[in-house]
Amino acid sequence: MNLDWNWDVVGDFMPVFWEGVAITLRALFLGSLTAFALGLVWALALRSPYAWVRWPVTAFTEFVRNTPLLVQLFFLYYVLPEWGPSMSALTTGIVGLGLHYSTYTAEVYRAGIDGVPVGQWEAATALSLPRGRTWLAVILPQAIRRVLPALGNYVIAMLKDSPMIAVIGALDMFGEARNFSNETFTTEAYTIVGLAFLVIAYPASLLIRFLERRLVLTS
Amino acid sequence: MQTPPTNDGGTNDSGTNGTRANGSELVRFDKVTKRFGGTTVLDRLDFSVSTGKHVTLIGPSGSGKTTILRLLMTLVRPDEGTIRVDGDYLTHEERGGQLVKAGDRHVREVRKKIGMVFQHFNLFPNMKVLRNVTEAPVHVLGLDKDEAEQRGRELIELVGLTEQLDKYPSQLSGGQQQRVAIARALAMRPQVLLLDEVTSALDPELVAGVLDVLRDIATTTDITMLVVTHEMNFARDISDAVLMFDQGRIVESGSPDKMFSDPEHDRTREFLSTVL
Ligand SMILES: Nc1ncnc2c1ncn2[C@@H]1O[C@H](COP(=O)(O)OP(=O)(O)O)[C@@H](O)[C@H]1O
Ligand SMILES: [Mg+2]
Repeated sequence: MNLDWNWDVVGDFMPVFWEGVAITLRALFLGSLTAFALGLVWALALRSPYAWVRWPVTAFTEFVRNTPLLVQLFFLYYVLPEWGPSMSALTTGIVGLGLHYSTYTAEVYRAGIDGVPVGQWEAATALSLPRGRTWLAVILPQAIRRVLPALGNYVIAMLKDSPMIAVIGALDMFGEARNFSNETFTTEAYTIVGLAFLVIAYPASLLIRFLERRLVLTS
Repeated sequence: MQTPPTNDGGTNDSGTNGTRANGSELVRFDKVTKRFGGTTVLDRLDFSVSTGKHVTLIGPSGSGKTTILRLLMTLVRPDEGTIRVDGDYLTHEERGGQLVKAGDRHVREVRKKIGMVFQHFNLFPNMKVLRNVTEAPVHVLGLDKDEAEQRGRELIELVGLTEQLDKYPSQLSGGQQQRVAIARALAMRPQVLLLDEVTSALDPELVAGVLDVLRDIATTTDITMLVVTHEMNFARDISDAVLMFDQGRIVESGSPDKMFSDPEHDRTREFLSTVL
């Protein structure tokens, strides 16, 4: 092991580092979209008048939220293909991240929906707006607006969990750094990747704080 | 029978149980009981409102006025009794000669005849003024967008807010928001307009503007109105009949002149002395 900092090593790492950055951002983007969409499905299902809809969704989301992401990734990658489709490591990673975080975004949406004043539902009823239209045009726009910062915080949390997809073989920043370091017997790549996470996450959290303040000011 | 005989203007006594509503009755309550938890808020209430009439409900806080309007708007459902609008049962359906609880579709159809303006406006804050007014005509009545917008603009002009067409509700004063809410309700062309203390959340200097718009609507249209208000001058100006409520029952009813100048019941006199 070489403990001295070597800029040549950094230079050698750069080409694969950028590939890793692209994969990390792709996993984050698609994972977030999945989490946003599925979370909404769960949140709406949990408000269903039918117990046979609510019950399985409650069981499933509680289960996913209360088991480790790492175990879920292993399950999706190594166990699921025995019965179902087998997906690439990256796709599995995206599905795993999206699914795991959807159980958190579901809670966020729930709080947002509960926060819409009852008068909005009553106005929609008084105008005879159909149920679907009430959700789409009245309730969800207001609910989502007020939970945007909370959703943003989960995107950052997902970013910080994203290196886990490397353990099933996806080549995100961390996966690239691990391979590179193992092959070259160096450690610089880990430092670079650590800094890269900071460089992405910190401005993002500043942006969310800004959003939060703006929401407070305009509502 | 809870209702004292009333033949003044808007209300008819419902002495003919079981018979079909007569043609000019637009709203009819028959033995309507509403309870919240253990308390009976309305107790076998009977009353009716004729087409085109403006009826004002007065009475102390908690006497059940809001509940009556919310029953009509189907925001709450009666525990007993029936409500008819334009001859149709509101939350019931006749099926095989039996009166049963109505399905959603039936309720939706009958409810389209009713519009409501709320104390706290309840505008959609995520929509601009014009879209607040066109949303339901487009998605409930099925008007095409251009037609709905043209009608929307006319209504917004009627309530004096043409300049504010492109603003969000949060950019308007309370009085302006309430006028948008009135336009929004009228855009559905309801036969009955329900107004529940529509000026009581407003700063005093904004009340007159809203009442002027409502006076205008009351005199220039043939819409039927059920009004809950503490603005007694306004009530006197626009009402055909006034119903005095206390503890979920009609204590007294009559023309505004009689009710405000020479009420028969102590309870009415007592109440009026607190608000006039
Ligand atoms: N949703 C509700 N739950 C419980 N009690 C209610 C509800 N709505 C109204 N009430 C009660 O019903 C009574 C009549 O209320 P309301 O119709 O609002 O009277 P008013 O409009 O004449 O002041 C009051 O005692 C009130 O507390
Ligand atoms: Mg009230």
